[in-house]
Amino acid sequence: MINQISESDIKELETISKKLRREVLIMIHNANSGHPGGSLSSIDILNVLFNKFLKKYPEGKKNPDYNKRDRFILSKGHASAALYAVMAHCGYFREEELLTFRKLGSRLQGHPSSVKMEEIEVSTGSLGQGLSIGCGVALGLRLDGLKSKVYVFMGDGETEEGSVWEAVMNAAHNKLNNIIAFVDRNRLQIDGSTESVKSIGNIKLKFEAFGWNTIEIDGHNFKEIYKAIESAQNSEKPTVIIADTIKGKGVSFMENNPNWHGKAPNKEELEQALEELK
Amino acid sequence: MERVCKSVRSVYGNTLAELGKANKNIVVLDADLSCSTQTKIFAKEFPERFFNVGIAEQDLMTTAAGLACTGKIPFVSTFAMFASGRAWEQIRNTICYSNLNVKIAATHGGITVGEDGASHQALEDISLMRSIPNMTVIVPADSTETKQAIEYAASHYGPVYIRIARTSLPDIFDASYKFTPSKATVIKEGKDISILTNGETLIEVLDCVKMLEDKGINAEVVNIPVVKPLDKDTVIASAKKTKRVVTVENHSIIGGLGSAVCEVLSENYPVKVTRIGTNDEFGQSGSAKELMEFYGLTSNKLADKIIGILK
Repeated sequence: MINQISESDIKELETISKKLRREVLIMIHNANSGHPGGSLSSIDILNVLFNKFLKKYPEGKKNPDYNKRDRFILSKGHASAALYAVMAHCGYFREEELLTFRKLGSRLQGHPSSVKMEEIEVSTGSLGQGLSIGCGVALGLRLDGLKSKVYVFMGDGETEEGSVWEAVMNAAHNKLNNIIAFVDRNRLQIDGSTESVKSIGNIKLKFEAFGWNTIEIDGHNFKEIYKAIESAQNSEKPTVIIADTIKGKGVSFMENNPNWHGKAPNKEELEQALEELK
Repeated sequence: MERVCKSVRSVYGNTLAELGKANKNIVVLDADLSCSTQTKIFAKEFPERFFNVGIAEQDLMTTAAGLACTGKIPFVSTFAMFASGRAWEQIRNTICYSNLNVKIAATHGGITVGEDGASHQALEDISLMRSIPNMTVIVPADSTETKQAIEYAASHYGPVYIRIARTSLPDIFDASYKFTPSKATVIKEGKDISILTNGETLIEVLDCVKMLEDKGINAEVVNIPVVKPLDKDTVIASAKKTKRVVTVENHSIIGGLGSAVCEVLSENYPVKVTRIGTNDEFGQSGSAKELMEFYGLTSNKLADKIIGILK
């Protein structure tokens, strides 16, 4: 029996997502650089994952159970603004620090750095590496008899990297059912639609052919996100949740527009976006 | 007289197995070359701590990185070509940028890969590895030094690249030898010229200096197993003494030991340095011995070259 998420929970998640989206845009505007499109497409999933599932100890290593935490790897490291916003919301650090994003000396590097910020599991940014790192983490946890999950968040354009498929084979071969991966299927990459740049095709069938458990969802529907992560908890195989999303979700002029992959909104654009996200 | 040579790859595999007994955090990864790299020795002893990722070197490095994230000490092996080349960016962006405790023990470095030819002869690996921040780069010269370098890597936190020769090597150091990561060693004192080397070329250099002695040349020999961080003091001191430096390595003259020495001397004590290694070119098929001769790395060729330099 799959646990249901209550209507009041959904209302709360909606409010949090709006807040996180606003913060992402303010951070990117303030830095005058960053990646709004793919951050906004991933917010709703990160919101549910961090607030409803991820076993986390924001206080860090001083907690004796720190080793038992679930691990989160942002393989699409350019969605760092979304990750920082949700981490601040969950108490990893103070929200004021978000305004240091991408500034000289900041812990909030353009792409996540585990050296600058130890709350980050591992540095990412170069695409195609997170799932493979996740395989190593999953193997290590298994050796230690730990039941923690390894959540890996990938982009859809990222699956054009061959190294992703090396890792997909690795996880299936080693039966790493403690891995739950996401593909943020927003169908856009820098140079245009994924299908025009290099057809990704049916990701579900591809993962299935490699021996994975696959779930397709609407990545902006809290009920579906919740149900998918819940059902992945006891899979015998590694699971990938392929989330149909909208790049730039929540801001009318950014939605489905590849120009907002890596561009900061100016003052007027930010004001309009914040108005829409009230 | 033929020397008795030992397989340094077997020494590597056996050392891993010993380390694995003492420390359960040691894990080993390979990419379908466990017979060649000799990680199979560890695999047999500790199958649950051995991971063969198949022919997938990028996955090899990042899986090791993930294991390191959980506190394991991964030793990763494949040929130097694929370790340093195919997976360079994984090593740079995931292992070294995050300063993870991954040890890359790459076998089959240099021209002595032999018959397999240029596609498998890594002549650039030291250059590629030493340019990455946080990375330690070690090129051992015999069984004793290889064993101690592996043991050092296991006990030292941080990424390490160790180049393990394909060829069997004669013993140079006896049981009293102590590998000290921060020190290069003057193996033979001399006053006419300093020959700085490491790895498979050390034995050739030692033979070469005997030939030079017959010609009245008193050469100093410095063994530099740790290319990075380089023991600058020993390099500078030797240059001050002889005023003339030659570097010898089984690697391209671009970016390896020779370049590292030039960087230090040009800034601290400029003397003329001649780099001997492979030039800006690819290798080719042949036996290891023939190739060493062809590329001028055998004792007699080195002696000819050095006599020419001093003329």
